[in-house]
Amino acid sequence: MSGQVDLKAKLGLDVFKPVGDPHIKIRPGMEKDPRLKPAVRLCPAGLYSENEKGEIVLTIDGCLECGTCRLACGTEVLDWNYPIGGTGVQFRFG
Amino acid sequence: MIIVGAGLAGLGAAYTLAGSGLEVLVLERGDYPGAKNVSGGRIYLNPIRDLYPSLFDVAPLERFITHEGISLMAKERSVYFEYSGNELRNEPHQSYSILRSKFDRWLAERVEEKGIMLLTKTRVDEVIRNNGQIAGVVAGGDELGADVVIACDGVVSLLSEKAGLRSRGLAHDFALGIKEVIALDPGLINDRFSLDGNEGSARLFVGEVTHGKFGGGFLYTNRDSISLGIVVGIEDAMGNNPPIDVPDLLEKFKSRPEIAPLIRGGGTTEYSAHIIPEGGFKALGSLYGNGILVAGDAAGLALNIGFTVRGMEYALASGYFAAQAVLKAKESGNFSAGTLGVYKELLEESFVLCDVRNFQETPAVIANPRFFSHYPELIGNLMKDIYTVPAGLKEKIYPTIRKHVTLGELWAMLKDMRGVMKI
Repeated sequence: MSGQVDLKAKLGLDVFKPVGDPHIKIRPGMEKDPRLKPAVRLCPAGLYSENEKGEIVLTIDGCLECGTCRLACGTEVLDWNYPIGGTGVQFRFG
Repeated sequence: MIIVGAGLAGLGAAYTLAGSGLEVLVLERGDYPGAKNVSGGRIYLNPIRDLYPSLFDVAPLERFITHEGISLMAKERSVYFEYSGNELRNEPHQSYSILRSKFDRWLAERVEEKGIMLLTKTRVDEVIRNNGQIAGVVAGGDELGADVVIACDGVVSLLSEKAGLRSRGLAHDFALGIKEVIALDPGLINDRFSLDGNEGSARLFVGEVTHGKFGGGFLYTNRDSISLGIVVGIEDAMGNNPPIDVPDLLEKFKSRPEIAPLIRGGGTTEYSAHIIPEGGFKALGSLYGNGILVAGDAAGLALNIGFTVRGMEYALASGYFAAQAVLKAKESGNFSAGTLGVYKELLEESFVLCDVRNFQETPAVIANPRFFSHYPELIGNLMKDIYTVPAGLKEKIYPTIRKHVTLGELWAMLKDMRGVMKI
């Protein structure tokens, strides 16, 4: 991805409160499932990447809670929830 | 009764129920109402003024939109149309740019002033069922009983899924919007967009901005910032041909020569993302069940007809009608689906379901891929040749047009037009 650095800087402008236990997880054993692949290009925060083993890895910090990965990949491969109340992104403009 | 989500649908319902004698509790998972809410955004007020008399006179809206622009963006050129008129400058103004975190917070204060209880930082995890009836919710480990629940928990409505009123939804029926809010001096905004005072500009961009995929770019002027973003259909974005990197689309859009000078010197203050319902009438879930109603984005109430892209007034209106349905149910003391079904009747009699039904063919028609790459390129190329003055002889106008608009092209246009005739 060409804009990784820009994206990190952009996410740095947002207000986040730590979510603790990740609210979205790749279901165990599903890391290489092709259904996860679209998230790498679609996640607006660039939180999904593919490692050298061909597994999809998710970093939750910077999640904008849009739900794109839930629609694109599905709940068979993702255990998806919103972060608990009062945590996660807090938009000041919206 | 419990309202889940302090967005426009939830706050609209709460505002309408205030003073009714009903005990209303609004639950919101954000730090404050609006903390999780994002729009493009622009709100159209005409359809909802009567439902919320005088509310908008003092609301923290941004600018009233007087300039409507649409740009066909080809790879190397673009063609821009702009409409403005006294009807847009004169009061009452039909639409305003809006920043949801500011607006929703303000509306929540009005709702609380009216005696409604609002609990923030509270995520709802489950619905409580009792003999086939939704009888409350579980939030933060606590069971909260209620005669009726209004699910206003947004486009990814986990609550209405848990209540069995809708499924997860198809990628085909949703688009992803990403946006930057770019701070800019109000005087500079007025100069760059030819605006006076608090006039505002709204621009849509179709074509290369999404690499030919369903969607487009948008720009709204706020009081002292610009909302600049991209919307792209999720199913389209998932496909290859060409593969696209969504965050990168916005960077490319910002660096276009048509956009860069408009935001020059501005600093991005926030980056956000949100999903938009695009499926229209055919993708609506159930709007009610035993002890539950669904309103706003949670119900899929949004309408994109190309030139106008709407959702927020449907949220405010459906919240209002959900509240009316609850009041009717309270009269009879019966909160079953049979009684709450009046909600759908109210929506059907109003602009909400009339619009969404009247435009039910629109999602299929505007998903025509030719609108997102072929036409922007065609019209761009045509303009290029019409405006070109070569070193030698200038070609006559009509042959220039026919070079681009061939018989085959006319035939294809006619087919596209047959789709457009349905809307």
